Amino acid sequence: MESLGESLSPAASSSEVHVPDPAKRRLAIFIVLACTLLVALAQYLIKLGANHLSHAGLLATLIGIFTIPQLFAGYCLYGVFTVMFVFALRHGELSILYPLIALSYVWVTITAVLAFHDTMNPLKLAGLAIIVAGVAVLGWGGGK
Amino acid sequence: MVLVLVGSVIGSLGAIFLKWGAHAVNRNWTSIAFNWRLAVGVGTYLLSSVLFVKGMSNGELSVLFPLVSLGYVCTLAWSRLFFHEPITTVKLAGVGLILVGITCLGLGGR
Repeated sequence: MESLGESLSPAASSSEVHVPDPAKRRLAIFIVLACTLLVALAQYLIKLGANHLSHAGLLATLIGIFTIPQLFAGYCLYGVFTVMFVFALRHGELSILYPLIALSYVWVTITAVLAFHDTMNPLKLAGLAIIVAGVAVLGWGGGK
Repeated sequence: MVLVLVGSVIGSLGAIFLKWGAHAVNRNWTSIAFNWRLAVGVGTYLLSSVLFVKGMSNGELSVLFPLVSLGYVCTLAWSRLFFHEPITTVKLAGVGLILVGITCLGLGGR
């Protein structure tokens, strides 16, 4: 692993970039991973709401966010997630934290199987396992 | 399909502004209220979500899922460019695995 501290020369590091200690980086990673559950719930609600506007235009979609309860609740959850994500970004690298959101795909797929009796097949199962492996690699590498 | 592709690129750009704005936040509440970077970040995020809702409501998930995950690849590049975050083998491996996994998920969903 190359050291972040060394790669940031004084000239390259502005006030925007600082390298927190590993404990805070791990906290940031944990927060984002926990928040993927929120994203999954939000996407579930948004998908429910989106079924109401299959042929709506962009403006009707915008209005729908405020008038369709499922869409509104979904976007509120996204708001909560965004606040948590910004908090996490203060302590971690964007290039580690942003891809971690992919873990929400795993929760969404499991939700679809449990709630909508969506079928599970070997290809999907392999996909879930590979995503979890990718997230684990990022989490392990980013927490050091 | 184009909507989802544009949405994922815009979303990854939104994350840049969120990261940028996050470092300008301190205990003073005005630093959040008058933080234009956070506002731009949230705005672009909302825009990308609207595009997703539009794009996802009629489309093949096996094609759309991989497009969404391209946003993660973009983020690696943006982070290197704007925040001098090194692109390490660990990050490439992680994002690569996620891309393959999401593609499998999309293919399995047919």
